[in-house]
Amino acid sequence: MSFVIKKVIKKVIKNKYYLILLIPALIYFFIFYYLPMVGALLAFKKYNYADGIFGSPWCGLDNFKFMFINGDIFGVIRNTALYNIAFIIVNTTFEIFLAILLSEIGCRFFKKISQGCILFPYFISWVVVGTFVYNMFNYEFGAVNGFLKSINIDPINIYNNPTAWIPIIIFIKLWKEIGYGTVLYLAAISSIDQEMYEAAEIDGANIFRRIRHITIPSLLPTIIILVLLSIGNVFKGDFQMFYQLVGSNSMVYSTTDVIDTFVTRSLLNTREFGMTTAAGIIQSVFGLIVIVTSNCCIKKYDRDYALY
Amino acid sequence: MIKNTIDRKIFIVIAYTTIIFTSMICLIPFMLVISGSISNQASIYQYGYSIIPKSISLEAYKIAFLSPDEIIRSYANTIGVTVVGTSIGLLITAMTGYVLSRKDFEWRNKISFFFYFTMIFNVGLVPWYIICVNFLKLNDTYFALLIPFVLNVFYILVMKSFMSSIPQAIHESARVDGANDIHIFIRIILPMSKPALASIGLFIALGYWNDWYTSFMFISNKDLFSLQFYLYKVVSGAEAFQQLSSVVGVDPASIPTEPLKLAMTVIVIGPIVLLYPHIQKYFVKGLTIGAVKG
Repeated sequence: MSFVIKKVIKKVIKNKYYLILLIPALIYFFIFYYLPMVGALLAFKKYNYADGIFGSPWCGLDNFKFMFINGDIFGVIRNTALYNIAFIIVNTTFEIFLAILLSEIGCRFFKKISQGCILFPYFISWVVVGTFVYNMFNYEFGAVNGFLKSINIDPINIYNNPTAWIPIIIFIKLWKEIGYGTVLYLAAISSIDQEMYEAAEIDGANIFRRIRHITIPSLLPTIIILVLLSIGNVFKGDFQMFYQLVGSNSMVYSTTDVIDTFVTRSLLNTREFGMTTAAGIIQSVFGLIVIVTSNCCIKKYDRDYALY
Repeated sequence: MIKNTIDRKIFIVIAYTTIIFTSMICLIPFMLVISGSISNQASIYQYGYSIIPKSISLEAYKIAFLSPDEIIRSYANTIGVTVVGTSIGLLITAMTGYVLSRKDFEWRNKISFFFYFTMIFNVGLVPWYIICVNFLKLNDTYFALLIPFVLNVFYILVMKSFMSSIPQAIHESARVDGANDIHIFIRIILPMSKPALASIGLFIALGYWNDWYTSFMFISNKDLFSLQFYLYKVVSGAEAFQQLSSVVGVDPASIPTEPLKLAMTVIVIGPIVLLYPHIQKYFVKGLTIGAVKG
């Protein structure tokens, strides 16, 4: 026994500088990610303030049962997942499209300026974007309604129209993040061997065929990795976006509430710790299942693409 | 040699139109906000927002600058938190990435997994919140703005893969010369990692600059508000105007609320707009490093 301990201590001393450098990160992740796992107990308890976390009585899976029977959670989970899938599909398509267009443009000045414009929305916070949305879609004086009035169409009020939000949210997400993805794919495209294009051109392929048969297949590894990474987060809603755009407008929650806004609101307003924790755990477990399954599936297809 | 055939010409036309169109769409909201902020309140009520203001009035900015204390306070908070947070975060990220990139560190894979696991599973908001508030007592302190998001596994991994590309030989020769690992880190690896440091530093700084979430969750004392959160309060709250009017001594009814909100927005995004052309290339380079190596 003491022999094992001696061995471990010897290894620690040998690696002491590495371990010293690691200490801050280890402490940080322990406190903020591993220690809260103790708090997961709350999901199985009926929390009351007087007894605290450890004193409150156990209630087994009651919190989870309540969530599923009550049914609210299904809507939120559905919204989260559907939006994320829509984001992945829409954003990836447009980003690849733009990246391919940009890659063929010769004028560097134009490339730089346009990249700058397209990337710019990525740099502002969702608070500012929320202001933009208000600015554009406000019923009385929004720019969109002003434009509609000027061509004699009735103004629209999106603030009490849940379905209108679906395309709006997808579009705004695209608007904000298209620059980021375009730059990524552009970098991937520029690492493709130019000789293949020249050879194809000599063989008579026009530009559309060159894109279809060279660019896109070469991009496939990058696309798969990025999509895999995003799929892992399919149950994680972008809290910042949804909260800033929708805020406390409960009329549109049926189509815009995601798990994260739901949990945060519950935490700050109702203080129902037990059930809110349960909702969070449901979210994480689903996410984990998705990651593990998608990784397994990809491994069957091609070992190289797997994440771990 | 790229031949300028007809299919290529068509493609280039499509390319230019699409890209110009997209760039315009990306810029229009900004133009609307700027135009709205220099507009007269009455003309907004009458005609709504538009790209070219119907009548120009700097009233909103005048009022905003009459009581600049809160804005200046929020700016100071955010600048301070960004500088301190980015320095600390970048240093720790570099240290961690360095250790994880060393192939002769025998617990390398286990510790990598320790970090990576947090990306794929976490127990959610409530336990995290309880730790921050009850255990660490971050409420209403600057630490609440600094610490919760100082590290990010993704950046650590990017740093790790960048440093893995530094040849082993450099390490060996430094070791032979008698340097210990910390020396090697500070004197050799850090200077060699400047591109990665610049880019990741930028990402971290951007995160701090745009952060409103920590103020939202933990801060009720308005002297500690971050800039974006202050803007959020102004744009979403009517009380902000009541307070503003009482401080400034202006009749609440005559405050141009709509242009004022937009003026605040412009004041808040001002620095980003000014700095953006300079930092754009580092950002793009950073994404490229992450993409190709990650």
